[in-house]
Amino acid sequence: MAIDFGYNIHRDRQIDYDSLSRDLLEKVQKAEPSIKACISCGTCAATCSAAQFTDFSLRKLILLTRRGYTKDMNNMVHKCMLCGKCQIICPMGVNTRNLVLTLQHFTDTI
Amino acid sequence: MSSEIQNKKQILVIGGGIAGTEASVRLSGLGYQITLVEQSDKLGGKLNQWDRLFPEQKPAKELQQILVKGLNTNIKPLLNTTVCDIQKNNGKFKATLSDGQTIVSDAVLLSTGYDLFDARKKEEYGYGIYDNVITSADLEKIFREGRELKTAAGKTPKRIGIIHCVGSRDEKAGNTYCSQVCCITAVKQAIEIKEILPQTEVFCFYMDLRMFGRHFEDIYKKAQVNHNIQFIRGRLSEAFENSDGTVLLKAEDTLLNKPLKMNVDMVVLMVGMMPSKTAAHVSSMLKTNNGTDGFIAQPQGHYRLSCTNTPGVFSAGACTGPKTIEATLNDARSAALEVAEYLKSTNALLN
Repeated sequence: MAIDFGYNIHRDRQIDYDSLSRDLLEKVQKAEPSIKACISCGTCAATCSAAQFTDFSLRKLILLTRRGYTKDMNNMVHKCMLCGKCQIICPMGVNTRNLVLTLQHFTDTI
Repeated sequence: MSSEIQNKKQILVIGGGIAGTEASVRLSGLGYQITLVEQSDKLGGKLNQWDRLFPEQKPAKELQQILVKGLNTNIKPLLNTTVCDIQKNNGKFKATLSDGQTIVSDAVLLSTGYDLFDARKKEEYGYGIYDNVITSADLEKIFREGRELKTAAGKTPKRIGIIHCVGSRDEKAGNTYCSQVCCITAVKQAIEIKEILPQTEVFCFYMDLRMFGRHFEDIYKKAQVNHNIQFIRGRLSEAFENSDGTVLLKAEDTLLNKPLKMNVDMVVLMVGMMPSKTAAHVSSMLKTNNGTDGFIAQPQGHYRLSCTNTPGVFSAGACTGPKTIEATLNDARSAALEVAEYLKSTNALLN
């Protein structure tokens, strides 16, 4: 039986860029190129109905995809209700609804 | 009568970069006699170190040629020359130059420009220590000389990290100010890298992207959308050299709230602007004050930006703080008018 010393070992939370894969990002950029225009301003997350009750953030979703956190992205992407408010408000013209659907399409099949 | 006096009025312009050359041309157009002192062997200053200029990627050479085209018989350019001594006496300035000659002038225009930040001072970034860490000026030199962009080992870099704010907005480096041109230079150079090496990944590490100028925001968007350049918000904390010569970068991805590490084949440091060392010597002899940032002070504020605290001594260009080329040219023309107004007012006193 393991002895409980009262402490844990934490996993390194550092982003190890080289150990992550950007395959998903490449696919998504081809299917919905407007993702490239995102400047991480957060307007989408501020207007988001889902973000008021969950940790959902489209800004973060895009960043997770850009860095290669596919699993974390997939865990989050279904919290979107596809209401489209973010698309109305996005200053860079990102096609946010299609982006969410694209992200879902590519990761749900994994 | 007054135009005769005007014709005899002498102006000493110290520094033959963009500001000094342009102001000389404008002042000569107003009928004054100009002595233009330049420490290097060519007019144009830092322009001679750059390849292409933002925002339109026009060749720096082209602008240098436009500038010197304005030279005329009213301007006496003295190259490879510095000011050894200068004193103000009865409203006249008596300067002794390094070639031994003495120049007496009615007004002095300081257009002494700036120095590039010495990246070795940010030791944690490894410039001068690691093989594959270069500065924005080094990259311009490679472009200007038409050399291929290669790592120290002669390989094509697959991934390049561009570091913003090197020596700017950094109290430890002694420079609290923003150098204005580095953000857009980073984006310009990132695009230029992608144009020659489309397969190379390019990452910009920034604190804020200061895309204040006309077209700048469009260039930033082009960098993202057309060239897939990645922007990571986080200041580089340290760079480490791996045994294979690649460089490990550590920064915080402040938008994801996590520390980040990444290996790159090459690092480009966006060095900022510093008050010119040669200017310090001249401006102390002329008793002009500096601001807390070390650049020449502009005590009269918005309306008379070209005036220093010493009557008859004026400033133009980056000697009063970081400026784009466009801002420098405007400042030079504005300074020329200020000098002319001053000389007219001293004429009136004579009459």
